[in-house]
Amino acid sequence: MKIAFTTTGDTLDAELDPRFGRANRFLIYDSDQKNLVIIDNNQNLNAAQGAGIQAATTLCKTGATVLITGHCGPKAFKVLTAAGVKIYPCKAKTLTEALAQFNNHELSETREATNEGHWI
Amino acid sequence: MRLSPPQTTVQPMKLAIASGKGGTGKTTLAVALAQACLSPVHLLDCDVEEPNSHLFLTPHFSKKQPVTVAVPQIDETLCSHCGQCADFCQFNAIVALPKQTMIFSELCHSCGGCIRICPTNALTETDKPVGTIERGQCDHITLVKGTLDVGQAMSPPVIRAVKKQHDPKYLTIIDCPPGTSCPMITAVRDADFVLLVTEPTPFGLHDLTLAVETLRQLKLPFGVILNRCDIGDQGVVNYCHQESITIMLQIPDARQVAVAYSRGKGLLDALPDLKPQLQRLLNTISQSQQGGQI
Ligand code: SF4
Ligand code: SF4
Repeated sequence: MKIAFTTTGDTLDAELDPRFGRANRFLIYDSDQKNLVIIDNNQNLNAAQGAGIQAATTLCKTGATVLITGHCGPKAFKVLTAAGVKIYPCKAKTLTEALAQFNNHELSETREATNEGHWI
Repeated sequence: MRLSPPQTTVQPMKLAIASGKGGTGKTTLAVALAQACLSPVHLLDCDVEEPNSHLFLTPHFSKKQPVTVAVPQIDETLCSHCGQCADFCQFNAIVALPKQTMIFSELCHSCGGCIRICPTNALTETDKPVGTIERGQCDHITLVKGTLDVGQAMSPPVIRAVKKQHDPKYLTIIDCPPGTSCPMITAVRDADFVLLVTEPTPFGLHDLTLAVETLRQLKLPFGVILNRCDIGDQGVVNYCHQESITIMLQIPDARQVAVAYSRGKGLLDALPDLKPQLQRLLNTISQSQQGGQI
């Protein structure tokens, strides 16, 4: 299973970025192969609008089926859900912590966007 | 100061009332100017996210019409999921997933490009309602009010629909949305003169400088109205002096103004003496339009 995290770093020790659309990058951890890839999301940091949508599109292309992040807006939620990505909001500081919580079934999948949409 | 007596009529022109931030008294001023006018006047409320001119005028609205924008709609059965539309759209309004193409019409800017490039003709144009415009009468004032539907993001189409109601036979006062982004620019564009309403505070000054930059880029003539002129500091006055910007009117921060607002009454109810001043202001601007100096 491929698990995506939003982060500013490039290892599992890095911090979880609470933002989704404007997260620096995604770390995709393959729990079967035990390896990881980094996908940049920075074309989106300055997007005038639709950052969440673009980030969701980028993420869908990675083949991840689980997303662990801080918050996810309504449009990104719609795209990710349509693509079959399950979203787990998480307050952990680091990715290692977040992954442990996920493996221990301490995180629950959200059925709706976790923050209000914004237009700019 | 010697001032000419109020004229009875003011030349038809488009006068925009704007401010760099909300809450400076822009709307009450726009309403007071319309009320002070001695001949028929059109008041276009372009502050479509929060239209409130009508609260001070209580007009009888006789006409209401929807405002729509053209957005793409998709026939999923024709879509080959090639993703060209999503790549084309600069506004991130389309997402092409391997098995599904999603349109976020609230982000669409109606350029029509996706519809033209779709190789399978899966996209067609459809009209999406985004707001309404209403037209009403209150004494000599014709009020046109635009209202953006709740949940809609883009106000310029509604603002443009309000502005289309402009009749060149009449003096037209445009109550603009606050700020200096797209909505404000859509509202002030092609005005003959802009009045920037501000307050003599550091915040007021900051937003005023942004508004001034915007109007200078748009090459629009403008003047400043200093509201609640007796509060705050000298910053705005000094700035206007340095930049050779005319402060065309100063309105005091009278207690009766706040009381009047809280009762839904306007500026002229609280400060009747303002009426001849506003008439002179309109005359001055009107004369400047015919080559006079401000
Ligand atoms: S019409 Fe233009 S802005 Fe709207 S979705 Fe199509 S390409 Fe994007
Ligand atoms: S361009 Fe047309 S066929 Fe291609 S993904 Fe978009 S709607 Fe589908």
